[in-house]
Amino acid sequence: MTFFELFWMSVVAGAAVGAAAPSIGTFVVQKRLSLIGDGIGHVAFAGVAFALWLDVSPLAAALTFAVLGAIGIDAMRRRSPEEADMGLALFFYGSIAMGVVVAQLGGSLNAGLLGILFGQVLTITTGELITIAVLAVFILGVVAGTYRGLVAVAIDEEAAVVRGLPVGALNAGLMLLTALTIGVGMRVVGILLIAAMMVLPVGIARNVVRSFKATLVTASAIGAGCAVAGIAVAYVLDTAPSGTIVLMAVAAYLVSDAFRLARRSLARGRAA
Amino acid sequence: MKRNGGHEPILSVRDVVFAFESGRVLNGVSLAIDAGDFAILLGQNGSGKSTLVKVALGLLEPVSGSAMLFGLPSRDPRAREPVGYVPQRAAISSRVPATVAEVVLTGRAHGSPFGVFGRADRAATATALERVGLAHLAGRRIGELSGGEQQRILIARALVSDPQLLVLDEPTAGVDKASQQRFAETLRDLNASGVTILMVAHDVGPVGPYLTRVVALHQGHLDEIPLEEVREQIGMFVEDHPGGHR
Repeated sequence: MTFFELFWMSVVAGAAVGAAAPSIGTFVVQKRLSLIGDGIGHVAFAGVAFALWLDVSPLAAALTFAVLGAIGIDAMRRRSPEEADMGLALFFYGSIAMGVVVAQLGGSLNAGLLGILFGQVLTITTGELITIAVLAVFILGVVAGTYRGLVAVAIDEEAAVVRGLPVGALNAGLMLLTALTIGVGMRVVGILLIAAMMVLPVGIARNVVRSFKATLVTASAIGAGCAVAGIAVAYVLDTAPSGTIVLMAVAAYLVSDAFRLARRSLARGRAA
Repeated sequence: MKRNGGHEPILSVRDVVFAFESGRVLNGVSLAIDAGDFAILLGQNGSGKSTLVKVALGLLEPVSGSAMLFGLPSRDPRAREPVGYVPQRAAISSRVPATVAEVVLTGRAHGSPFGVFGRADRAATATALERVGLAHLAGRRIGELSGGEQQRILIARALVSDPQLLVLDEPTAGVDKASQQRFAETLRDLNASGVTILMVAHDVGPVGPYLTRVVALHQGHLDEIPLEEVREQIGMFVEDHPGGHR
């Protein structure tokens, strides 16, 4: 059997997450909230620990906690922006500490938990694939359907308020989509690395294209490409798929940054 | 508040009091802007100019007093639909992944966030960029432009939905003299085409010859400065720029 015949479900799941995560990341990075995905991932970890203790679906629990975490974080940022930094730190570290304590109480503080933290894309089930695919299509659909408002808020929030856009609702919606992305990415790259898939492809795209729309589309294509290539390389080299996927994205970022710097030097040379 | 023969002002604030934690910045301020005005709101740093504009636009809620736009309370998002706003800002980072055309296009996003931008939006963007004389920069990244060019792009964004009122918050801060002059001429042409303008600034600057009203905010109170007084002070400038409004 070929690699694709063996792991087509992993490849499809990886491509779905790889495409959906940067579509949210494009807006999150622009709002200088690159680490928000990481923080919500910490909250989702607490949910997984409770799920393992109570023997319920880890994916459903991660999604629930991530969504609740996103709502809490958004409320905290709105209520006291000056105190948000410390508040978020308490939220994130409190969640991961609670996760460790609950996992130990539930007897799940073992190697199995590594699959949640770092993904297990090669052992994905049909049910999980369907959930991931549906949620990824939902995320991409919402981004496409509200692009007009999301891009206006991402580029200039104050001006968007003046124009009567529902900025608060759009920001809250973006946080919820971020939470969904964490849940979707949990089985593919894990809670601790999904934030990388939201941010790195956006950084790569920004280095090679000029417009916001092209950044969004290119970042999604790069994310999907890195996920598929990462799974294939991990299969060939027998390495951890999630780490390999993210390392592919890191390598692509370094290449794209070298490309950007070379292009800038060339432009300066021409101007001189 | 009735002015100019009984016409309702398009922007008005009445007896507005506003305070931050550090104290009151607006102390019973009233202001009315009529259709066709080219008004400037002067004041030192921290005098409350931007705060007054934000109250007038419904972005801040005053402790007391009222703010109206086009006959509606300013807090009502519908009241702001005919308003183009150019915010006070530093230069936009060259890392912002948006082209000039995309920044202007976002000015077409009013009220509803749904959907994508269509052909009519793109046509309006091209027209707005032509009005500020920067159509040739449509495909450039916004962050690659000079401060003066960026400000004109933000005006194009404010104009892309054909506003009746243009509000500019210190639009020429950090912009070189030559760009300020071009900027002033752009505003003069817009005002002549029927757009009402309210501009916030430290001093009158190159727009002086084109103004129809000058108000100054000092220690929480607003004073109307006679136009003749302003014209006397900028007399030399007016003689050099006879195209200005009289």
